[in-house]
Amino acid sequence: MPEPLLKVRDLRKYFPIDSPIPFKKSNQSVKAVDSVSFDVMPGETLGVVGESGCGKSTMARLVNQLIPPSSGTVEFRGENLVGMDAKKLRETRKSIQMVFQDPYASLDPRKTVGELIAEPLVIHRIGDKASQKKRVLELLEVVGLSHYHAKRYPYEFSGGQRQRINIARALVLNPDIIICDEPVSALDVSVQAQVINLLKELQRDYNLTYIFISHDLNVVRYMCDRIAVMYLGKIVEMGTYKEIYENPKHPYTKALLSAIPKESPHDNKERIILKDAVPNPINPPTGCHFHERCPYMMDICSTKIPQLMDTGNGHIASCHLLEEN
Amino acid sequence: MSTELLKVENLEVQFKSGSTVTKAVNGVSFTLNRKENIGIVGESGSGKSVTATSLLRLIPSPPGHISGGKILFEGKDLLTLSDKEMRDIRGNDISMIFQDPLTSLNPVFTVGDQIMESIKLHQKVSKKEAKQKAIQMLQLVGIPAPEKRLNMYPHEFSGGMRQRVMIAIALSCNPKLLIADEPTTALDVTVQAQILELMKKLQDEFNTSIIMITHDLGVVWEICHKVLVMYAGNVIEYGTVEEIHDHPMHPYTWGLLDSQITENIEDHEMLTTIPGSPPDLRQEIIGCPFAPRCSYSQDICFSKAPEMVEVKEKHFVACHFQTKENRLNRKERSTHARAVVKS
Repeated sequence: MPEPLLKVRDLRKYFPIDSPIPFKKSNQSVKAVDSVSFDVMPGETLGVVGESGCGKSTMARLVNQLIPPSSGTVEFRGENLVGMDAKKLRETRKSIQMVFQDPYASLDPRKTVGELIAEPLVIHRIGDKASQKKRVLELLEVVGLSHYHAKRYPYEFSGGQRQRINIARALVLNPDIIICDEPVSALDVSVQAQVINLLKELQRDYNLTYIFISHDLNVVRYMCDRIAVMYLGKIVEMGTYKEIYENPKHPYTKALLSAIPKESPHDNKERIILKDAVPNPINPPTGCHFHERCPYMMDICSTKIPQLMDTGNGHIASCHLLEEN
Repeated sequence: MSTELLKVENLEVQFKSGSTVTKAVNGVSFTLNRKENIGIVGESGSGKSVTATSLLRLIPSPPGHISGGKILFEGKDLLTLSDKEMRDIRGNDISMIFQDPLTSLNPVFTVGDQIMESIKLHQKVSKKEAKQKAIQMLQLVGIPAPEKRLNMYPHEFSGGMRQRVMIAIALSCNPKLLIADEPTTALDVTVQAQILELMKKLQDEFNTSIIMITHDLGVVWEICHKVLVMYAGNVIEYGTVEEIHDHPMHPYTWGLLDSQITENIEDHEMLTTIPGSPPDLRQEIIGCPFAPRCSYSQDICFSKAPEMVEVKEKHFVACHFQTKENRLNRKERSTHARAVVKS
């Protein structure tokens, strides 16, 4: 079996909350990411799904060390990124790039597209001006834009084109892994399909590994090999996309899947409507965080936190229902 | 009482800026019956929201203005009403829910104040009665402990809860027509399912018709009876949801349906896309607006604009090749997809 490219173990991020009393230290915190572990194999796409506020984006930033974790390790090619010295980290980060959600906010409006794409090369002092320019033109082609676009400014582009520019920026350093944080959520369906096709093609051509964060379950099913479902900072279920969609184990995953809108007007699907919204992460429910909204709640659920259990086929889930059988 | 609630005829909306005129809506017509829901779908910039906001005459003017057409609501043309008469209709007979529930609620007033505002404005009730009604409305939209929630501010609510408050405000005067402009786009799927369920329930209770603007066809299948497909300010196809889903006719609708990711899509099969992007509405469009992106287009498409034709009962399409006698053969999906990827 090949070595995983990325090994995340027991990753936690607690954001402290200011105490209402000035100068008094608060001991409350938001557990944005709480003991998350997973592996990412070379060439695969790991999808991360969950409602807003479940910690998807925080996790993405932790993997890249954009924010330092409270504890845990992130091993990339066997080297732990947590606590690595800044110079070495910068070097390693060349291989881990990101594409963000909002293509309108993530591009500097005062730089031309050419400057934007060349920026990573300039920062890492790779090549001279001429070779940088060559690389920019090459990448514009790769992401489906034209040479003359290099001299234009971001405002001249549509959302889908901007996302292509962001992808070119992420690709310019020849990364191994790209973390895509909701890359198509802000786009129209027809444009969304174009960008997804592009990401798929690039993966095939450059043997890229993706961590793909999204709340759109249809997009995730299409894009990903394996899927992790997060709820209030924890992974509650993880498995291959087939397992997750055809044989979901956790009641939360089942509810998420049933909430996907109909595919046709003739579709009469049974729907599990969850009560309320995600609870307050400052004060998560005791025991299983999901128990207050869970249709199958038992007594044990409010007292004991369920552990992730292997249910075969590389499928893990954390629910007391599974322990019973 | 006739069943027809709203009839829009040839609605045109333009925006002027300097010397350029943007034709955002270019001759939209449809009818809506009582207790019926209509969905308006299309990409960003296709004129969905402008159509909906102009029904309430809420288009900012200048630069925008309704340059032609009729909006007949229960037989009255809304475009000929005075501002005062129009005010009586807004929020009372026709109300609207917007996409972003945070920006559409006033942050410095409590939720209760905002619900009571529209009740007090349109109904002759005392303050106490208005408050009772507001509590009732919050209960109806499924907000727990409404007496307490009434005195809270919008920032103390989650996104889904805010949208419920918006719905409570919109329905507080039992409107005959509710215009919902992407009401669930900013929400999580689980919350979206809750809100759609709620809208369906309330519709049965209040006998309200809904105009649902969305880019998500799933939402349309969920809640609408009829659907209007818009492209570049024009309606290009119009019919019942079953017709549009089972027998779509306009090439743009084909593209829209095909670019949805559905359950039966194969592993590693490329998604079908519509090549190119929508036209610039500041320039005059000659012929069919979709022609440059259409893989079926011929010479006539670039010179003559197609007219809306009733090809089947209650199914209208604006395409030169789809008439009562003639049908365009839809290309195989897979070959079409591959051709696009190569180009």
